[in-house]
Amino acid sequence: MGIEPGRLHFSWISSAESTKFAKVATEVTQAVKELGPNRHFVKEKVKVA
Amino acid sequence: MQEYTDKIRQIARRLLEEGTVDMVIGFRKGSMPMMNEPCMVRRPQDVDQLVWDSNCGINLANYLTNRKEKIGVVAKGCDSRNIVTHIIENKIDRDQLHIIGVPCGAMIDKRKIASLVEGEITDVTETEEGKVIVKGEGFEKSFDKAEVLQENCAICIHRNPVVHDEMVAEPVEEQTDVDRYADIREIEAMSDAERKAFFDDLYKECIRCYACRNACPLCYCPTCFVDESRPQWVGKGQNENDIRTFHFLRAYHCAGRCTDCGACERACPVGIKVRMLTKKLEKDCKELFDWEAGISLENRPPLDAYRPDDPDEFIK
Repeated sequence: MGIEPGRLHFSWISSAESTKFAKVATEVTQAVKELGPNRHFVKEKVKVA
Repeated sequence: MQEYTDKIRQIARRLLEEGTVDMVIGFRKGSMPMMNEPCMVRRPQDVDQLVWDSNCGINLANYLTNRKEKIGVVAKGCDSRNIVTHIIENKIDRDQLHIIGVPCGAMIDKRKIASLVEGEITDVTETEEGKVIVKGEGFEKSFDKAEVLQENCAICIHRNPVVHDEMVAEPVEEQTDVDRYADIREIEAMSDAERKAFFDDLYKECIRCYACRNACPLCYCPTCFVDESRPQWVGKGQNENDIRTFHFLRAYHCAGRCTDCGACERACPVGIKVRMLTKKLEKDCKELFDWEAGISLENRPPLDAYRPDDPDEFIK
């Protein structure tokens, strides 16, 4: 569909797996930061005169 | 084709006279060539409206949703698979139905034919030898039916109904040597930017009329997500993101359910290849779960059943 690889992540984390949660959250933010701001599926604000 | 029509009328008359069903759903001639329309017959004297030819592309399973009466329904291969899906999803009861199975000889593509001739078409007929004769003001052309098939019919591998109570003719031979997913593999091979450009181009004509949704037997939600206003999931205008959101989401709602009947593409007034998305999901279901929608009443669809060996490489 044209969404960059690395912007969408899936993971399965139990409520008992706090360290895994922290690790995945860091990895996800890292990956998304590298890609920069999202450009697809962004609506421009309508300009009202 | 005339034998099919005669046989359908004969069966419908018998069912209505005996009171086996309250209504028979089939096709009748439309007001324009190549535009047969669904027809609900309730009285035996009206069965002569029913016809069968190569313009019966509309999916009749669409008219069964939540019906309460006993219904006789004319079903070609894809209709029967959507009827199975309807039964699995509790939209109709198998006992309510008398399925009149039609071995399908594939449907013709009205858009393709219109693009091959100039001027208005006034009459389209078929011969027993597999020719389609198109007449209009000042012209008459003949085409091989195989050349003017609907795209989904050309690659169909389930022409015979998968469930039926009676058949109007002997089963036709199924195609076995077709490559169903050549176009999808091409899209899969594209880079992200190319793919984005491909989809931008695919939907640029969309006018958000929702004809694809209305023609689809899978789209039976009481309130579709595009019509919801609290919350409003998707904007109502012509913004390209809203158009894409509509098409992508609609396609995902059909994952593991779509039978590639082509009703969406047939209904589209601007000729968008709506099937490009649903076909990708169909391919994935086949490859990942070895699943084809609407083949059996016994198995649960992949998105509604858990198996320990479900593929999950994408989950970290």
